[in-house]
Amino acid sequence: MGAETLSLPRRPLYESNMATTELASPRGAPPGHALGEVIFRYACLGAATFLLAALGGVVVSLFIGGLPAFRTFGFGFLTSTTWNPVTEVYGAAGPIAGTLITSFLSLLVALPLALGVSVFLVEFCPPRLSRPIAIAVELLAGIPSIVYGMWGLFVLAPWFAAHVQMPIAMNAAPGGWVEWIFRGTPNGANIFTASLILAIMILPYMAAVFRELFLTVPPQVREAAYGLGCTPFEVIKAVVIPYVRKGMIGVIMLGLGRALGETMAVTFIIGNSHGFPHSLFDSGSTIASTVANEFAEATSDLHTSALIALGFLLFVITFIVLAVARLLLREAKV
Amino acid sequence: MLKMFVAGVGAFAIASTAAAADISGAGATFPAPVYAKWAEAYKAQTGVGLNYQAIGSGGGIKQIKAKTVDFGASDKPLKPDELAASGLYQFPTVVGGVVPVMNLPGIAPGQIKLSGALLGDIFLGKVTKWNAPEIAALNKGVPLPNLPITVVHRSDGSGTSFLFTSYLAMKNAEWGSKVGASDSVQWPTGLGGKGNDGVSAFVKQTAGAIGYVEYAYAKQNHSTFASMQNKAGKFVQPTAAAFGAAAASAPWLKSPGNYILLLDQPSAAAWPITGATFILMYRNQENPANGAQVLKFFEWGYNKGDALAASLDYVPLPANVKGLLKKQWAKSITAGGKPVYVAK
Amino acid sequence: MTRAAYRRAFNGVFVVLCSIATFIALSALVMILWTLLSKGLGGIDGMIFTHDQPAPGSPGGLRNAIVGSLIMCALGMAIALVIGILAGTWLAEYGAGTKYGHVVRFFNDVLISAPSILIGLFVYELLVAPFHGFSGYAGGVALAFLATPIVVRTTEDILSLQPGALREAGMALGASRAFVIRKIIWKSARTGLLTAGLLGFARISGETAPLLFTSLGNQFYNHNLSQPMASLPTTIFQFALSAYDDWQRLAWVGALLIAVAVLFINIVGRVLARETHRS
Repeated sequence: MGAETLSLPRRPLYESNMATTELASPRGAPPGHALGEVIFRYACLGAATFLLAALGGVVVSLFIGGLPAFRTFGFGFLTSTTWNPVTEVYGAAGPIAGTLITSFLSLLVALPLALGVSVFLVEFCPPRLSRPIAIAVELLAGIPSIVYGMWGLFVLAPWFAAHVQMPIAMNAAPGGWVEWIFRGTPNGANIFTASLILAIMILPYMAAVFRELFLTVPPQVREAAYGLGCTPFEVIKAVVIPYVRKGMIGVIMLGLGRALGETMAVTFIIGNSHGFPHSLFDSGSTIASTVANEFAEATSDLHTSALIALGFLLFVITFIVLAVARLLLREAKV
Repeated sequence: MLKMFVAGVGAFAIASTAAAADISGAGATFPAPVYAKWAEAYKAQTGVGLNYQAIGSGGGIKQIKAKTVDFGASDKPLKPDELAASGLYQFPTVVGGVVPVMNLPGIAPGQIKLSGALLGDIFLGKVTKWNAPEIAALNKGVPLPNLPITVVHRSDGSGTSFLFTSYLAMKNAEWGSKVGASDSVQWPTGLGGKGNDGVSAFVKQTAGAIGYVEYAYAKQNHSTFASMQNKAGKFVQPTAAAFGAAAASAPWLKSPGNYILLLDQPSAAAWPITGATFILMYRNQENPANGAQVLKFFEWGYNKGDALAASLDYVPLPANVKGLLKKQWAKSITAGGKPVYVAK
Repeated sequence: MTRAAYRRAFNGVFVVLCSIATFIALSALVMILWTLLSKGLGGIDGMIFTHDQPAPGSPGGLRNAIVGSLIMCALGMAIALVIGILAGTWLAEYGAGTKYGHVVRFFNDVLISAPSILIGLFVYELLVAPFHGFSGYAGGVALAFLATPIVVRTTEDILSLQPGALREAGMALGASRAFVIRKIIWKSARTGLLTAGLLGFARISGETAPLLFTSLGNQFYNHNLSQPMASLPTTIFQFALSAYDDWQRLAWVGALLIAVAVLFINIVGRVLARETHRS
């Protein structure tokens, strides 16, 4: 009887593969699967490298295009606020300032709103309403940016001028600090309203992904927190957010990145004056709006080069801002 | 999943195959509506599609130099030496005007009279109130409101700005030396609106604002425009007839390379801020068939397109100018020494 | 106040704040939609889908722009999804924690903020100038450039949050890593990947600037990708800023169509995801 069992011809396939690496074929898999693994791995790597190469190509072509402007103006290009296409003197300080101010201001407004919306949808919203409201918020992301621009110009700007700027202008003590901070032509086309429009634009992206992130928290972890007697606020603060922290940083980067590069929505409402903005309610310009406004018509090579140089600077700014953000967050973690 | 992908690729392969290759042109935004109107009617009549896209005068010049289009269009004519350097030939198609518009409650269109020098001072920021003595001097008896002047200009580069600033540079010496003329300048004061639309919107929203727009916008929006003093000293209102008078009294025959600015023309009925828009083509056509198509299209526009242009508030060229230009084509646009197309 | 009561009150304030935030977001949406609907709805008639774009004063529709947009968005999304999901997968799985992974992730974030007009210019240098002609291919590629970084970012975030236990279980059963990723991780992250795709699509559906220098635009109907192609955003841009009422009306109709299309695809995507989840 023992001999019969010993002579069983069957030997499980997986036994022979137990000691090998992840490249081993799974049991019952079609032959050549090891090749499939290699192909997949290198396809993924290839895609990532392709992405890098594409970005590299863009940056290099921008640098080459902007070289004449950099050569002509040198370092002064970064600090000068003159932008004169007739005398061909260009300086990037005004657009750079406008870009940084509008992006950070819009993030400041959009982040709490996006957090609030996503927390509401995940924790407090009645389940029936949750999906429709989520879809509604995502619908904001689908509205073409030119519509934001036009809405800003035709609806927000006049309202802002009439209901915010005029009352402040009329009631502020002349010469006082209130008047100084908020001075500017009361027609609603300024840095602040542009930031508001930007905030509404980046809000849906951030809220949608925050919501997805919150939904990946395992229910057991959240229920454990509730079981310990935490209020929903404490669950969010102490359990959910730390769990999805890394993803949240990514989302904030996404939002900030979007705000830095947005063109159409800002161009209509920022007032488009090239100097350094003097107050929150003063008109200004961003790099993206300047390029969008002037590139099509720029005929002289230096003008075109100055605009491309602005584009290159935007990449540099984004680079610096994102690097600094990462550095701060890495420190905060410790 | 893979099947869907393959099906998608197959669909693209089908989408990529044949469809008629039309002729393409790109450039100034100003004539885009009339070219679209002409192209629509031309296609209905002849079956040839001429695709024109408005990407700006600078874009038109860039693209024809890069040979990505069959013709370029620009509101700013190229100087003869520039034309020679790039081997291009230019000819005008239609005429239009730039109109100063204002937001002054209680004032009728055309009631305010301005001169070129005064307009320059306003845009320089030297005249800051509507009831200033400089304005009152030209407008005796008009109830000028005590409002501050808010200047609105273009934030984007534009042929309209080029015409407007060229006119100001011509009539106001300080403007000429301080700011100059170009499709994009460093404006001494005021807000920038994007496009004619943006300028109109800002003017409409701000009491006491003054801006400048193309005639079509002023007409369609029923804006309050100013009457301007022309070279003959008369104050004229912006009308198609006034633009036509400017075009008719211009020295076409004496303009080498067809480089001509219709500003401040001598006729008593002429509107001072008038301009033509131009087509740019290579003198030596690498694709004679396409070149012939382009010329045939514009010949059709000259012969049969006047009514359509007028319906959109554009002004056709005077008949003698059209005849002159059609004769020029046979000599100027050739392929291998032979004219690409001889117009009738 | 007892500590418990304090905590509950604090939570109550938090709930109110979250509700206010949602209310603000929804009212912004309502205001913008109201403008879109009031200006766009009146202009919809039978001709929108059957006639091409008209010259001012002539009757017409938006057929060529709609078809052009569909073709170029599809091309752009196809490229973006393939490269984006593969790259995001690499970042989350194979490259997680490596130095190269850090570099790729960082540069991807930088690419997200690229102004669309500069991407358009780059693709112009690549695909238009050397070939002496504008084309739908260039337009699709420019759109792909804009959507891919978003897809990569979101894919990486979602995949890296999938529980490691899933991967370990799969590999413990002898499956190869590729198998685990494709059949297990991707499947469980399905809704997240869908969101990534939808966000990418939402980004490119309304983009004008990159298309101006790549596909140029076309007044007539054209489904040939190697010729200039019309698209809804470029047509809207041209019409909205014109002086003519009928063109402006069509511009608002076009804007409304884009918003409706994004909403529709959102809903359809979610329904499909829910169904496959169930099965």
